[in-house]
Amino acid sequence: MAEIKLENVRKSFGKTIATRDVSLTIHDREFMVLLGPSGCGKTTLLRGIAGLDQIDSGRIFIGDQDVTDLPPRKRRIAMVFQSYAVFPHLTVYENIAFGLRMQRMADAEVKKRVGSAAELLHITELLQRYPAQVSGGQRQRVAVARAIAVQAAVLLMDEPLSNLDALLRLEMRAELKRLLKEVNSTVVYVTHDQVEALSLGDRIAVMKDGSILQCDTPLKVYDYPATQFVGSFIGNPPMNFLTGQVKVEGSSVTINAGGSTFKPPSSIQSALHDSASILLGIRAENIEASATAVDGALSGSVLVVEPLGSHNLLTVKVGAEYVKVNAHADAVFQPDQPIWLKIATDKIRWIDRQSGMAVA
Amino acid sequence: MKSAALKRYLGRALTYVLAIVVALWVITPIYLLGVAAFSEQSAIYTFPKQFISSPFSTDTIAFFLRSTGVSKAITNSVIVALLTLFFTMLIGTPAGYAIARFLFRGRDAFRLLIVSTRAFPIVILSIPLAVSFIEWDLYDSVYSLALMHTALALPFTILTTSSVFASVPRDLEEAATTLGCNQFEAFLRVALPLALPGLAAAMLFTFVLSWNEVFAAVILTVRNRTLPALVLTVLDVSPTPYKFAGGFVMLAPSLVFMFFIRKYLFNLWGRVTK
Repeated sequence: MAEIKLENVRKSFGKTIATRDVSLTIHDREFMVLLGPSGCGKTTLLRGIAGLDQIDSGRIFIGDQDVTDLPPRKRRIAMVFQSYAVFPHLTVYENIAFGLRMQRMADAEVKKRVGSAAELLHITELLQRYPAQVSGGQRQRVAVARAIAVQAAVLLMDEPLSNLDALLRLEMRAELKRLLKEVNSTVVYVTHDQVEALSLGDRIAVMKDGSILQCDTPLKVYDYPATQFVGSFIGNPPMNFLTGQVKVEGSSVTINAGGSTFKPPSSIQSALHDSASILLGIRAENIEASATAVDGALSGSVLVVEPLGSHNLLTVKVGAEYVKVNAHADAVFQPDQPIWLKIATDKIRWIDRQSGMAVA
Repeated sequence: MKSAALKRYLGRALTYVLAIVVALWVITPIYLLGVAAFSEQSAIYTFPKQFISSPFSTDTIAFFLRSTGVSKAITNSVIVALLTLFFTMLIGTPAGYAIARFLFRGRDAFRLLIVSTRAFPIVILSIPLAVSFIEWDLYDSVYSLALMHTALALPFTILTTSSVFASVPRDLEEAATTLGCNQFEAFLRVALPLALPGLAAAMLFTFVLSWNEVFAAVILTVRNRTLPALVLTVLDVSPTPYKFAGGFVMLAPSLVFMFFIRKYLFNLWGRVTK
């Protein structure tokens, strides 16, 4: 049992507040990703959970234990550092065995554990080498092996893939996912890479300026971003935001945006006020591009066409705004060509322009 | 194209020539000292000077070592140097570590203070020091001289060890604490082994500094002279072979020490570019 519970965790460095009273519950054996731009406080939060930095206020629980004032070694955690932090003066074997030796484990048991951790990460043939004699990617594997060998209740990972080259990162990402399914630890994984977050996490906590903006499953975060920031941070291309104007006439509520009229779902109609400014968040893949006029579609003109193999990414000018649209790879569009965009109304995310929050 | 290659070649040749000249500048006197020390006493007066010891003889060295007070002075020197080494590392290692790792109030002032202790020439400090040592009944003892040498060596040692520890990534110690170490174990198992080459270099300098230090030794001791102090005080009334042999005996330990520790020295200096 290793549920992690954060209660109003606050940490500041001088005048900068790194985490603003963050509360978060991470379930047992859950893979939680802390996602956000640099400086959002995600690493600070992770180091707080690890006990490497003392938090200013709030409580941290791991399992049923209040670990707020405990040193790292008493928190039943293991950590993979961004820099790997593999000990250069020890062989790969001794690196992986380090945590086990600290527990005064018998040699035979150490050997067994190191062996299985090394096997899991395919570094068995490197065990007798020193870290300087293996490649960066292999060093990364050593760091992960060292962390899982101790079979800690909680596994903390601080941007473990960010120092690998692009190809290696893809490979390691898939491998981590497979690997961490086999390890019965609760995982907290820090990254600024939204693709990593979407592909790995059971849940994603999106952070900005020291606060968690949204914490939900990858699909929910992707499809129903809680704020404009979440929508624009997650997804490639980022979510489109069209400015619209609310019009309330008696019981009918409509929104004018991009020269067209939209009807918001009845569930949010009561929250909309006349002539309020609202943003229509829509993903590029939820827009259908057509070269001929379509009823109820936005009209615009093609600005840029980027063929990406699987599809073409279009940048379309609608009024004064720009919209990214995914078009079929075989749909041929030319720059300056008039285009009609049909938007899947049920996929629109309605966001209050002033607060940047989704209208619920 | 051809001229660029030639230029590079000439540049390298020049570097080598300069290196050889500098090396000769240092090595030649040392070599001649060695030749004289291992020749017969009479050979020192011959002309032209010989460049190899022939016949080879330990006569001169033996004459020096048998001279009054020399063996005791050597013992004293070794005791003082080892004590200095011990005290310096005992105080200097934690101090250097603290400067490297912890942001404490007044850290920069502390660092400046350390260096500033070397701003006062030992010549100025010597009289009040001698007076104080006499008052405290510490005068004329190898132990109090070791304390003095420790004070002289500490600034350098603290600055060296702090830069050595600063070059050990903090991540590594943090990783150790997540793997079950407390702060001290993390230092012992990770930071210390990684810093050892640099610390060894600092130890070398401390030892050599104490072994060669003459001024404080002359001021603070009378009967318990260290080797340099003894040689200095009797130098102008000694025969020439005594001077050559004495010079060699004072030089040899530093050379041997340097020889064994040079690997670590290069390691320390190599860190800058690594």
